[in-house]
Amino acid sequence: MKSGRAHSISISNALAAIAVFLFFCASASAQKKSSCIECHIKLDDTRLSAPAKNFENDIHKSRGLSCNDCHGGDPNSDSKEGAKDPRKGYLGKPKTLDIPAYCGKCHSDANLMKRFNPSLRVDQEREYYTSVHGKLLKEKGETRVATCISCHSVHGIRAINDPLSSVYPSNVANTCAKCHASADYMRSFGIPTDQFDKYKTSVHAKALYEKQDLSAPTCNDCHGNHGATPPGIASVANVCGQCHARQAELFQTSPHKAAFDQKQLAECITCHSNHAIAKPGDQMIGTGAGALCINCHSNSDKGFVAAGLMRSRIDELIAGIDKSTEILNRAERAGMEVSKPKFELKGATDALTHARVLIHSSSTVEVDKVVGPGLEVAKKSYQAGVAALAERRFRRKGLAVSLVFILFLALLVYLKIRQIESRQAVSE
Amino acid sequence: MRIAALKLWLDKRLSISTLGELARKKEVPLHRHSIWYYFGGMTLFLFVVQVATGILLLLYYRPSSENAFESVQFIMTEVKFGWLIRSIHSWSANLMIATLFIHMFSVFFLRAYYPPREITWVSGVVLLFIVICFGFSGYLLPWNKLAFFATKVGTEIAGVVPIVGRTILRFLRGGDDVTGATLTRFFGFHVAVLPATATVFIAIHVLLVQLHGMHVPAKYEHSYQRMKFFPNFILRDLIGWILAIGALAALAALFPWELGEKADPFAPAPAGIKPEWYFLFMFQTLKFIPAKILGMDGEVLGIMAFNLVALLLFIVPFVDRSPENRRRRLIFNACGVLALLYIVVMTVVGYVT
Amino acid sequence: MKNIAWDKGEHSAGPPGPEAPSRRHFLDYLLGTSVVATLGAILYPIFEFMSPPQVIESTESSVVAAKLSEVPANSGKIFKFGSKPGIIVRTESGELKACSAVCTHLECIVQYRPDIKHIWCACHNGHYSVDGKNISGPPPRPLEEYKVNTRGDDIVVSKS
Repeated sequence: MKSGRAHSISISNALAAIAVFLFFCASASAQKKSSCIECHIKLDDTRLSAPAKNFENDIHKSRGLSCNDCHGGDPNSDSKEGAKDPRKGYLGKPKTLDIPAYCGKCHSDANLMKRFNPSLRVDQEREYYTSVHGKLLKEKGETRVATCISCHSVHGIRAINDPLSSVYPSNVANTCAKCHASADYMRSFGIPTDQFDKYKTSVHAKALYEKQDLSAPTCNDCHGNHGATPPGIASVANVCGQCHARQAELFQTSPHKAAFDQKQLAECITCHSNHAIAKPGDQMIGTGAGALCINCHSNSDKGFVAAGLMRSRIDELIAGIDKSTEILNRAERAGMEVSKPKFELKGATDALTHARVLIHSSSTVEVDKVVGPGLEVAKKSYQAGVAALAERRFRRKGLAVSLVFILFLALLVYLKIRQIESRQAVSE
Repeated sequence: MRIAALKLWLDKRLSISTLGELARKKEVPLHRHSIWYYFGGMTLFLFVVQVATGILLLLYYRPSSENAFESVQFIMTEVKFGWLIRSIHSWSANLMIATLFIHMFSVFFLRAYYPPREITWVSGVVLLFIVICFGFSGYLLPWNKLAFFATKVGTEIAGVVPIVGRTILRFLRGGDDVTGATLTRFFGFHVAVLPATATVFIAIHVLLVQLHGMHVPAKYEHSYQRMKFFPNFILRDLIGWILAIGALAALAALFPWELGEKADPFAPAPAGIKPEWYFLFMFQTLKFIPAKILGMDGEVLGIMAFNLVALLLFIVPFVDRSPENRRRRLIFNACGVLALLYIVVMTVVGYVT
Repeated sequence: MKNIAWDKGEHSAGPPGPEAPSRRHFLDYLLGTSVVATLGAILYPIFEFMSPPQVIESTESSVVAAKLSEVPANSGKIFKFGSKPGIIVRTESGELKACSAVCTHLECIVQYRPDIKHIWCACHNGHYSVDGKNISGPPPRPLEEYKVNTRGDDIVVSKS
């Protein structure tokens, strides 16, 4: 009995020991020795020590890569000469011109990248050469353009979904602005530098920074990232249409489409502008002050009439909703229970939202199709409000009548008391 | 003749004539403070209104967290005169508590609890607490946001009491949190337990008043006139009740009781949760008490103090027993005035802040 | 009222005269009529209160959304769930799903699109899966999902 148990214990001990040994082997291979880090981290020149320090947080490190996987050389050698031996593939610091290819060595290799992240794209390098940055670099040898490391940083490269990454959605605009908002830096390129300031005033920036909506567009969502380039007149609608699909679709069916093409006008941004794109308002349509339609349309043409009509229909619906809201609020303040018509009024707001989208079709018929039922809903809610107020008047009238009865009765009882008491007095 | 025969038949079995005799004999003292005699009757009348409207509301009300709010909304919008019945129930509840307080303070200041009326006083104090429980349980029943959080805070305060607090809290809530289970048991208290207890104590209270007759303050003991209870006094009572009906109708029509938004246990507490006005002075006190007093939890001390006051209320007639002791009378008057002032000031402060 | 000197000689009420009985009768008559009228004013609302209202009472927690026959495979139907619209969807495989029909973007009412086989909001092209999950477009949140049961031919939807 006793020896049997001791036997089984020793087996389990042995198994545990093997497991521990295997664990150490595994961690040792992950944490393999690197003389690069060991030396560089001790150097006084921060330009030389910073890479070693920053690499601690690098995505490549967490995937088990080390200095020599990019720079070559021998991390096992303890001497500077041995570690940086060109015969062992030491490459050193790449020139700016070579950076895309340097990163592309791995990132353009689909077979290799699959091992680390099967869903990661491998066309960044190719795309980069289609960008304005890449073209200038390749064709003109311009080295002041952005390369991989300008945006992604270097030696402290973080995953793009890491909030500390320089290309995390809420950091992208700042990263681009490092160069593009600098008048000095951009002078020789002859392009404006106000995009970032404009963007910060836009509805998109508000969504991204104030509402923290990471799906809101920042620079790269319209310009592309690796292939960054301004979208041309022909393609801007496709850019906006990525998110504003319904509006883009409606615009394609509208008479504006042909006219814009003919006049070489950019879709969307002709009315909405680009970087400083503001929250659209009803004042934009119509023929009055602040309306954009009158920039092209004049007094007599069909578009002018349609614009005025669409605006008046929308104003009509807004007025209807306001009127209903006002009367329902009044009824509610008077203590009436109107939560039901108040909810039903949402149908009219729904129609208004829809109508504002349908404007992009430039068709008064389409707009009318939703404004009509919307007005109907608003009217019903208004009637419910009127009914509630009528009910309140009825209550007050009923109250007045019953109060008359009640007070009259009280008076009669009082008279009765006096009568009784006068008789009692006499009988005594 | 037939009516006379019926009367005789009934009288033999119910001795109506004896009751009639008693009613005829009953008299009400007349003096400068006779006006206060009306408030007991008024409270009773409003209680009857509560029972009547409460029974009516039961026809449509559904005590569950899914349906309570909707059923009250249904009463307010769809049921004919539902708004009237519910608003009267709510307004009458508040007026009843107000008249009850007036009744209690008048009895206190006029020393109507002197022997042999100790038990009348004690039963009255019991009724006060029953009515407060009525208010607390009824407030939750519409299951709206404000009531939900007020109940949460209210039961939490009960839970602070040392040793038994946790048990009381769980008993009140029917669990660790305010949920549908709380609603079900509050409903049970409100429509079954409390009405039954209240009926018993009202019976005791009113019977004792008949037994001892109305109390006359010492000052007027030797020089007061009398008024017949029936019909002179009861008719005056009647005028009061008729006017009360008018007042309730007016309040209900002009200021219908609000329903608010449906309670959502997962929503954050709205700002400015306040309990019903008759709890406000206690609520405000607990807000003002510092967190720590002499190393003890301030809130606990406050609650214990209120419990102590409640206890003192019961023993009032056993401590102050005769008009002879003038110093004691003075102290009692001072205490009463202070308490009244305190309640008024704290309630006002609670409303202003 | 206290000054009514019923036990003293002087009072303001008229002295008992020959017409006193008729005045008394008149007062009693008025009193009786008023009592009846006031009781009527009190009992009428009570009676009305007790008579069942025309509208069928709304039950928020569960509702018969539709008949099974009204929702063939690969279709959807809007129904009234309390005071809010809900949508019931029958997928191609015959499974029943229900969720709130109020788009989480700008509160438009969504619809089922048989061609793309999921829920769609026309206002800004928002797409939701049949379970109400926002899958594309501007909606920031999923639609609230409800529980669906069938009871005979009725589709019963309840809040989960």
